[in-house]
Amino acid sequence: MQYIPNTDADCRMMLDAIGVRSSEELFADIPSRLRLKRGLNLPPPLSETGLMKHMRALANRNADVDRYSSFLGAGAYNHLVPATVSHLVFRAEFYTAYTPYQPEISQGTLQAIYEYQTLICQLTGMEIANASMYDGSSALAEAVLMAHRINGRTEVLMPRAVHPEYRMVCRTYASKLGLRLHELPYTDKGATDLKQVKAGLSQRTSCVVIQSPNFFGGLEMLDEMAEAAHAVGALLIVCVPEPVSFGIIRSPGECGADIVVGEGQSFGNALNFGGPYLGFFATKEAYLRSMPGRLVGQTEDKEGRTGYVLTLSTREQHIRREKATSNICTNEGLCALTATVHLSLLGRTGLRELALLNLRKSAYAKEAIAKLRGYELRFSGPTFNEFVVRAKKRTPAKVNRALLGKKIIGGLELGRFYPELSDCLLICVTEQNSREEIDALCKIMGGAR
Amino acid sequence: MKDETIGIHGLAFNEPLLFDQGSSGRTGCSLPEVDVPEVKTERLLPKKLLRRDIPGFPELSEVEVVRHFTRMSQWNYGVDLGFYPLGSCTMKYSPKINEEVWQLPGLSRAHPYQPESLVQGALELMYELERYLAEVSGMDRVSLQPAAGAHGELLGMMLIRAYLESKGNPRKRVLVPDSAHGTNPASSAICGYQVVQIKSGPKGYVEPQSVAEVMDEDVAAIMVTNPNTLGLFEEPIAEVAKIVHSKGGQVYCDGANLNAILGISRPGDTGIDVLQFNLHKTFSVPHGGGGPGAGPVGLKAHLAPFMPVPVVEKKGERFALNHHLPSSVGKVRAFYGNFAALVRAYAYIRSLGPSGLRRVSEVAVINANYLMSQLKSHYHLPYDKFCKHECVFSDARQVPHDVHTLDIAKRLMDYGFHPPTIYFPLIVRGALMIEPTETESKETLDQFIAAMKRIAEEAERDPELVRSAPHKTKVSRLDEVKAARQPNLRWRPKGSDPTLSASG
Repeated sequence: MQYIPNTDADCRMMLDAIGVRSSEELFADIPSRLRLKRGLNLPPPLSETGLMKHMRALANRNADVDRYSSFLGAGAYNHLVPATVSHLVFRAEFYTAYTPYQPEISQGTLQAIYEYQTLICQLTGMEIANASMYDGSSALAEAVLMAHRINGRTEVLMPRAVHPEYRMVCRTYASKLGLRLHELPYTDKGATDLKQVKAGLSQRTSCVVIQSPNFFGGLEMLDEMAEAAHAVGALLIVCVPEPVSFGIIRSPGECGADIVVGEGQSFGNALNFGGPYLGFFATKEAYLRSMPGRLVGQTEDKEGRTGYVLTLSTREQHIRREKATSNICTNEGLCALTATVHLSLLGRTGLRELALLNLRKSAYAKEAIAKLRGYELRFSGPTFNEFVVRAKKRTPAKVNRALLGKKIIGGLELGRFYPELSDCLLICVTEQNSREEIDALCKIMGGAR
Repeated sequence: MKDETIGIHGLAFNEPLLFDQGSSGRTGCSLPEVDVPEVKTERLLPKKLLRRDIPGFPELSEVEVVRHFTRMSQWNYGVDLGFYPLGSCTMKYSPKINEEVWQLPGLSRAHPYQPESLVQGALELMYELERYLAEVSGMDRVSLQPAAGAHGELLGMMLIRAYLESKGNPRKRVLVPDSAHGTNPASSAICGYQVVQIKSGPKGYVEPQSVAEVMDEDVAAIMVTNPNTLGLFEEPIAEVAKIVHSKGGQVYCDGANLNAILGISRPGDTGIDVLQFNLHKTFSVPHGGGGPGAGPVGLKAHLAPFMPVPVVEKKGERFALNHHLPSSVGKVRAFYGNFAALVRAYAYIRSLGPSGLRRVSEVAVINANYLMSQLKSHYHLPYDKFCKHECVFSDARQVPHDVHTLDIAKRLMDYGFHPPTIYFPLIVRGALMIEPTETESKETLDQFIAAMKRIAEEAERDPELVRSAPHKTKVSRLDEVKAARQPNLRWRPKGSDPTLSASG
C-alpha cells in the first residue's frame, strides 16, 4: 500500500524495539468479545487506474454545468472560478496544514484569514468578522443563537422569503434552546412585508432575520427593517446567500444590520453538489465577546515583527467547554482562503463589474421571459440575479422536461418549498450564462421544439 | 558541529497585506464578455439600494495575487512538508489521487438541486459511502450531513434528544469524562443539556463505578471517546454502556480516534448508539488549514426515524433523496453535506479495501507504541501501558529546569517538525500528545525521536535555548496577550486606529 511506508520488515524492527512479538499484543487491551472476528465487508482495494475509472463512471452519471446550461441558483451559484484560484489554493502548504494553532509555522494561513476577515467586513459594511462557519445556513442559525445570548429574548421573526433550508436549519438549532420562530409572509413584490414585521415585533423579540437578495431574488428594504427591529430592542440579522450582490447593492452594515451572515460559495468555491461551502459571519465590535467561531488578530513577535495569531479563544469550546459561544472547531478554512484569493483577483472594480454583469444578464432574461406567451413574472419588486416566473399554461415540471431535452437545466420548481407557488420557477442567471444560452432558454420555454 | 537536522533553512519573503499594495484600476480577473444590453443600473434598481464603491478593497493584477499567496504559503507547515504528530488530529498524508477525483466535473460542478435523474452518480456514491461507514463502525445507518466533527456531535446529541422526547422525556443531563474534547460539553450545551463531568480512573479510562454513581433517569446520555484522548482503549466500555442503557440513557461515542481500530473493533459492537466520524482525520480528507472536513454520524436503528433530511434511498436500480421523514430532527445545514469531502473518503475506502484499512490501524498503533517506547526514557509517561494511535507524555521531567511543554513544542519547530498537541487532554498536566499515524516511515519517527531526545538534553544543559525557541522560523514567539487585550482583527485604512475601541 503506497500510503503506508513501513514494510513488514520495518514493523518487525519496531515491534522488537517495543518488546512485543506481534502487533496483536498491542491490541490485547480490547476485550475479545469486542473484537471483530472477520474481515470488514467492503469492496476489495482498487489500483489508482481502477479507482479513476470507477470514479469517472460515477461522475459521468451526473450532469454538470459544463455539459449543460444551468439556470439553477437558490443558494448555490454557478460563477466563474479563475484558474489562478485553484492553483494557489492547491498549494500543499495551504491544504495539508491543520488549524493554525502554532502561529510561528502557520503565518501563511493566519495572514490569509486576517485578510479574509477584512474583506468580509468591507463587503458587509460591518466592524468585525470571524474566520468562517460551515455554510450560510448554519451561520444564520449561529447568528440567531448569538442574538439570544445578547438579549436573552426568545422570539425570532423569520420571513418565508428566507431560504427554506436555512429556515429549517434555524428551527433545528433554535428549538433545543426554547427559541420560537415566527414565520412572516411575503408580498406581491416578492419581499417581506414591513407591516407584518412591525406587527410581529414585541419586547419578546430577540431578532428579525432578513435575507437579501431573498429566496425569490428580491431585494429587501433593510434600513426600514433595522429601524423597526431596533425600536423594540431587537437585533437585525441580515443573511446574504448570494454575496456577488455586494458589488452593487448597498451593504447591510450601512443599513443598520447588527449581524450579517451568508454563504461565500459564490467566491471561487465549486458547486460541489452542495458542499463544502463557506459560512461568513460579521457583526459589530460591541458584540465581539458573544461571537461564535475563530478569530485571527495581528500582533508582534519578540523582535517586534508583525505576525498573526488565533485570538480571543476564551469564547471557544477548547477553553470554555460547555460555556463556549459555539461548539464549532474545524470550520471551512480552505473555502475562506479560496474566497480570499478570488476576491483579491476580482478586486474593487472586478467585483462591481461581475455584479453588474449578473444584474444585467438576469434583467435581460427576466424581460424576455416576461414577454413570452404563457408566462408572467410572479413578483413586481427589484431583483438581483434570480427571479420568479409563473407558468400559466404548462406545469413547471413540463417546462423543465422540455428544457432538459435541449441540455438546459431550467429553474427550481418552487412547489417543492411553497405549495402556493407550485406553478412557479425560480430562475437564476449569472455571468456564466451567455446571451445565446438565455435566448435558447426563452425559445424552448416559449414552446419551440 | 555540522547541523544535520531537517530543520528550517532558506529564504522567506516578507509580504505586506493585500490592502497595502497594488494600484488603483488593477484587476486580476478576466470577466466574460458583456453580450447583453448595458442597461443603466438606475433603470433596474432603486437608487437607495445602490452601492457606489467598496473603499479599501484590493486592486491587484494576477501576478501580484499569485506572488502574494505563494509567498504566504511558504510560511506554512503542512503534512506534505513533514511530520505533523498532532495528537487527536490524525494528520495523515492525504492521497493525491483523491484531489483529482473530487474535481471531476460531474462531481465538483453539479448543482445540488439538479433533478435526481441527473445526479445518479453522486447519489450512488453517498448511498454506498453510508454503507461503508456503517460497516466500518458497526452502526445501522449514517447521516452524511454534518460538516465537521463538532457538527456531527451536535447532530448526534439532537438525535438522542429527539429519541428520548419520543419516549416522553428528553431528560436533563449529559455525562462527559474529564478527558473529553471541548466540543463534547459544548455540543451538549447547545442541545439544551447540563454537563456533568466524570473523573477518569487511575488507569486512564472511565470506571463503570463512577458512571453508576451518577447515572439516573435524568441523564440523557454519556459521551465517551474511544480510543480516548490518552490513546487508550476504554476497556470497560461495554459495562459502561450497559449501566447507561439500564437507566434508559444513550451512549454517544466521539469517533475522532477511529484510526486506531479500523477492522479491529467496531463501536457499534461495544454498545454505542451514536458516533461521529471525522473524515478529515481517519479517512484522509486534507485538513485545509482548518477545514473543510466532514463529520458523518453513525446511528443504531432505533434512532433512524430521527435522521436529518434528506436521506438517500435505493429504489430498484435508481437512487433517490427522501425529504419526508416525519420524525426527523430537521437539518443541520443546507443541502446534503460536504460532498467533496465525502468523495475523497469514498475514494480512500475504495483504494484501501478491507485489508488496507486494517493495515492502517495496525501500523498507526505500531508507530505510536514505537515512539512511546523510545521516548519514555527521556519524558514522563503518566500512563505507562501500550497505547493505541497516540501516546501522551508530560513535561514533568523538564519542569525542574524551568522548561515547559510550550518550550519543547516550539523547539521542535527548529528541528523541522510540527509540535504535538499540547496541554491536552486536560487531565495530564503539561501534556504532549503525539499521534504519528500510519503514513510515517520508521526513519521519520527515528528523526523525531532523536530531536525529542536532544531537546530533553538541551533542557538540562541549555534551558534558555529551549525557552527562547523557535529560532529558525519566520517569526519568533508571538505576543498572544497583546493580541487578546488590544484586538486588531482587520486591516483599516492608514490614519485610523487599527485596534478595536470596544476591547477589554
